[in-house]
Amino acid sequence: MTRLPFGLGGTDDGRDGDGDGDGVRTDSLRTGSVRTDGGETPNPFANVGDDIARKQLLGRVFVGICGASTLVGIVALFVLLGDVLYEAWGWVTLDFLTYPPSRFIENYYPDGRGAGIYPALVGSILLIALTAVFTMFLGVGAAIYLEEYAPESRLKSFIEANIANLAGVPSIVYGLLGLAVFVRFVGLGESLLAGALTLTLLILPIVIVSAQEALRAVPDSQRHAAYGVGATDWEVVRDVVLPAALPGIMTGTILSLSRAIGETAPLIMIGAATSMFRAPIEDVSGIPVPDLFGPFAAMPMQIFDWARLPEGDFQHVAAAGIVVLLTILLLMNATAILIRNKYEK
Amino acid sequence: MSDSYTVGDERENEQDGAAADRADGRNVSTPDPVDETTGETTPSIQHIADADTVIEAADLTVHYGDVEALKPVNVRLPAQEVTAIIGPSGCGKSTFLRCINRMNDMVDAARVGGELRFRGKNVYDEDVDPVALRRKIGMVFQKPNPFPKSIYDNVAYGLEIQGYDGDMDARVEEALRGAALWDEVKDQLDESGLDLSGGQQQRLCIARAIAPDPEVILMDEPASALDPVATAKVEDLIDELAEEYTVVIVTHNMQQAARISDKTAVFLTGGQLVEFGETNRIFENPENQRVEDYITGKFG
Repeated sequence: MTRLPFGLGGTDDGRDGDGDGDGVRTDSLRTGSVRTDGGETPNPFANVGDDIARKQLLGRVFVGICGASTLVGIVALFVLLGDVLYEAWGWVTLDFLTYPPSRFIENYYPDGRGAGIYPALVGSILLIALTAVFTMFLGVGAAIYLEEYAPESRLKSFIEANIANLAGVPSIVYGLLGLAVFVRFVGLGESLLAGALTLTLLILPIVIVSAQEALRAVPDSQRHAAYGVGATDWEVVRDVVLPAALPGIMTGTILSLSRAIGETAPLIMIGAATSMFRAPIEDVSGIPVPDLFGPFAAMPMQIFDWARLPEGDFQHVAAAGIVVLLTILLLMNATAILIRNKYEK
Repeated sequence: MSDSYTVGDERENEQDGAAADRADGRNVSTPDPVDETTGETTPSIQHIADADTVIEAADLTVHYGDVEALKPVNVRLPAQEVTAIIGPSGCGKSTFLRCINRMNDMVDAARVGGELRFRGKNVYDEDVDPVALRRKIGMVFQKPNPFPKSIYDNVAYGLEIQGYDGDMDARVEEALRGAALWDEVKDQLDESGLDLSGGQQQRLCIARAIAPDPEVILMDEPASALDPVATAKVEDLIDELAEEYTVVIVTHNMQQAARISDKTAVFLTGGQLVEFGETNRIFENPENQRVEDYITGKFG
């Protein structure tokens, strides 16, 4: 097989487009002279044009496919959002946010006695708040240990590999674990606390991995600067590493939490109520206090409960529930973005 | 009398040097000077030992895993002088510098052998806390690395963690004046250290290093990331710092070493300290042929 000088047209795979499969563009060999454009200035790049044009076309096709892929996702999302908003239009009212659910569709009507998502809304918010507290301590603690203290060893690689594996375990498995450990063994029952601990286990691997990445992104020069003036390991972490990594840690944690707030499977496993008429809040001498050890309902399960009711108008109620859930979720994501933008240099 | 000596076991140096030459395929034909170990150099070892020695390396070696980064180094660095460490890339000069304040501790694979004495005490003894050591030995790094805090807090940080409870404002001003930065930043102490120019940032880092009043300041190519004007300012500053502190500076730039240092140590490929002595003498009349080749730009 011949190679052209300077590599022009010298593809060896036979896909040279001239059909003879020899990998040499015989047509460009034949048209060896410089073509001129309009008979004035000769274009010195003209005789290598065909192959480049073909590659450029391939490139445009590739860009087209990538763009279309992006579009599929975005269009699907907007259709979904549009449908939900259309279904829920007029159903998300103040009453919907402040009343407990009802089996009777009349109560959801604007002139009804009032019914809504209140217990599940409060339940979900408390659930996520508790989960946030647990994951911040456990996740960030583990990440700091692994990234800043643990010496490089096989054990560390083993632990890190398994944390990454845990991130891929289906949420229903964490539900089973929560049922066995928190509900039965520790004896927390089907309580808010058991739910929060189960969700903590679920998102802990993701929080650890993202926090590790945030810590790793702090340049070593910053650590060295602190060590150089006589800081201890703890002072370096407290004064230099954590402040620099905190925005990244917060962003990762909030995004994980917004995944947790939509989780249904683990809550079903631990036996959380699908529908509750009371928010998990106790009145302790006039002050409302979260009832950590009592039963609770969460929004995803409440929505599921509505969606399976036979009465047609309950589809609108379920859609209204989804709108509330998505609003909370978008608010959390917006917070994450705000934090990132505020601290990003 | 020549104010210098050639380092280490001379015979071993000869062999190592020849081996290194063969290994990198350079200077194979260059004859090593045979008169390198004449008795003339012996009294000068005594002379430097008599001076106020702050840092002394005794058979100091460093390995990164199985790689020997530093062949046995024996040297004494005098107080209140600027010692420049020069040599080609990968010759172990930064490694040596980082032995002095035990920054190599942070590299998991690094093993240090022999002794590195600070005022006679081996800093690798078990009863030496590297944190305490680093309070005596400040460091300035290759790239300016101020904290993302205010100028004031950058300078005060070292004092704060050391529990200083005196007049912080005065110490911060003193350090900034010492780093020739005070006049430029005195009205913007609350602004971020990152808003300064590169040269100002490096002088801020110098202020941060001298604020806790260490005895020694280590500098790892402090001007290599700076433009010529900023470099000139930092060089002037190093000159002034030597009145109060012992300065050890690693530099790629031989002209810089010649300009600012009193003593010069030359490391060559293979992690070997080949020659140490008065800067003028090293640059005008080096004893070792390889040092001469390096300084005159024949390799490096």
